[in-house]
Amino acid sequence: MTLLSTTVDETVSATTLAGVQDLPARPSVADTVSQTMTLAWRAIKKMQRNFEQLFDVTIQPLLFTAMFAGIFGGAISGNVKAYLPTIITGLIGQTVLTACVATGVQMREDMDKGVFDRFKSLPIARIAPLAGPMVADMLRYLIASVLTFATGFAMGYRPGGGFFGVLAAIVLAVFAGWSLAWIFAWFGTIGRSAQGVQGISLMVMFPLTFLSNAFVPTDTMPGWLRAFADVNPVSHVISAIRDLANDGNVTAQVGWAVLGLAIVVAIFAPLAVRSYSRKM
Amino acid sequence: MNTNSSPTPELAVSAHGLVKTFGDLRAVDGVDLEVRRGEVFGVLGPNGAGKTTMLQMLATLLSMDGGSAEIFGVDVKRHPHVVRQLVGVTGQYASVDENLTGRENLWLFGRLLGLPSRKAKETAEELLGNFGLEEAGDKPISQFSGGMRRRLDLAASLIARPPLIFLDEPTTGLDPRTRGQMWETIRALVAQGCTVLLTTQYLDEADQLADRIAVIDHGVKVAEGTSDQLKSQVGSSTLQLRLLDPAQTSQAVDVVRRVVGDEPVLTPEAGGINVPLPDANRAADVLIGLREQELLITSATVQKPTLDEVFMALTGHAAEDKSDTHDPRDTEKEPVR
Repeated sequence: MTLLSTTVDETVSATTLAGVQDLPARPSVADTVSQTMTLAWRAIKKMQRNFEQLFDVTIQPLLFTAMFAGIFGGAISGNVKAYLPTIITGLIGQTVLTACVATGVQMREDMDKGVFDRFKSLPIARIAPLAGPMVADMLRYLIASVLTFATGFAMGYRPGGGFFGVLAAIVLAVFAGWSLAWIFAWFGTIGRSAQGVQGISLMVMFPLTFLSNAFVPTDTMPGWLRAFADVNPVSHVISAIRDLANDGNVTAQVGWAVLGLAIVVAIFAPLAVRSYSRKM
Repeated sequence: MNTNSSPTPELAVSAHGLVKTFGDLRAVDGVDLEVRRGEVFGVLGPNGAGKTTMLQMLATLLSMDGGSAEIFGVDVKRHPHVVRQLVGVTGQYASVDENLTGRENLWLFGRLLGLPSRKAKETAEELLGNFGLEEAGDKPISQFSGGMRRRLDLAASLIARPPLIFLDEPTTGLDPRTRGQMWETIRALVAQGCTVLLTTQYLDEADQLADRIAVIDHGVKVAEGTSDQLKSQVGSSTLQLRLLDPAQTSQAVDVVRRVVGDEPVLTPEAGGINVPLPDANRAADVLIGLREQELLITSATVQKPTLDEVFMALTGHAAEDKSDTHDPRDTEKEPVR
């Protein structure tokens, strides 16, 4: 009987002083979700208590939006106001990506703390301590997107897609943040120190942001840069955000963006989970 | 269910030939360990002996490079998730969340262990009460003292009422009063039917708590037995003598041999002689013997055996220590980080 249950791997018998106990061989899906949400709660508490962790998604959108619009507006679009539909949507991509870097770095810092030793020793899904902060950080991407739109609005940006277009764009931005964060979560799990993770992450983040259509149209770039910028998932996300916010249209770009993000998740989530479990 | 799957169901821990290597270092080098259900088993050894590494392998925190282990008949390698349900681990350094309060920490771990929110709250309250932490419950951990952290950490390990508890150096760095409280807590756990596997650098701690003790050195088990059995190998206490004239050392050694019938250990200081005594009362016989030979001493003290002496007796070399001293008396004099 025991032999059967161990081969099927559903429960395993342990003989303690209290008698024979049949214990589940692995966490159920429902348990995994509940553990992930509990650890997301922990990450949100942590954000509340270390408010400086939110600077990159609060101060930065305000500062960068005003700054980039002012610097590039005249040169690229003739005047600042005409540039706003391009730069606001581009900056959402950029700010969310910056927030993703912080996700990886903070994960690395967190993993060095004693409490992660306890997470390892608990009978919880191995992915939960990784997935919890990933879920909580969606709040950061949300704050970043909303503030960027709000700053743009204050500067005179009137998105053509209306309220629902903007809402859809924000939802896409948050999903993009969550997906792209897996890249940096992977760096977080392989890096030796938080500084190291920060270093690699910035090296990856800058080309991903600047070699895209975030700030300028890609057709002025030399051929090889343009080739990269056009396949860069960040470009597709930004195009999709533009289509949603500025035109209120669910275009093929939205489909490409979602597909691109799904591919990023499909590649980097297993990598991150694997190297994380190895450390566990 | 049946006895075929676990050939030794009376054992809480059954490990054979455990090996862990880090590069060239064989941190654990073929250790066998058998812990009976309901007992307190002490693993005694100096820093770097491989105690923690061994515990971490048994708790699924480190992979095994060799050997096999079962916890209550469950294979550690094949069913890590099951083993984690059976074992509560309290580490050498408190593993609680710095960003949360004591109450929030216990609630968090309760939720992770599958308790509904309300039940997790109740359990947290109950444990805070049991561990004398109810007033500190809403303070952030950063304001906790070392002893409070350790107690909270132990409380967190008990939420799921695991039948087996691993305590990795539960009192290292604690002041004597907190240490005594920790011992009481551990005894209370055992009274409730827990099996405890603890590591320690202190012979007196193993002596106080453990039913049986394994002595580990350089990743190898050098001895195993009850505290009395181990002590009988070193004598129950030691007479530390200091001669006025170090040149008389060999004569003094002759006296000791004749009176105690055992070989004394010479300490590096000039004229220092440590005499293992089967019985503290024999100290007088040694002193009288020296007096009869007109060998003068400057000091004589009777000490309980230290880990160093157990090591000397068991391994023939001193317990090499990488960081702090492991003489319990030192800790008592200078409390705590």
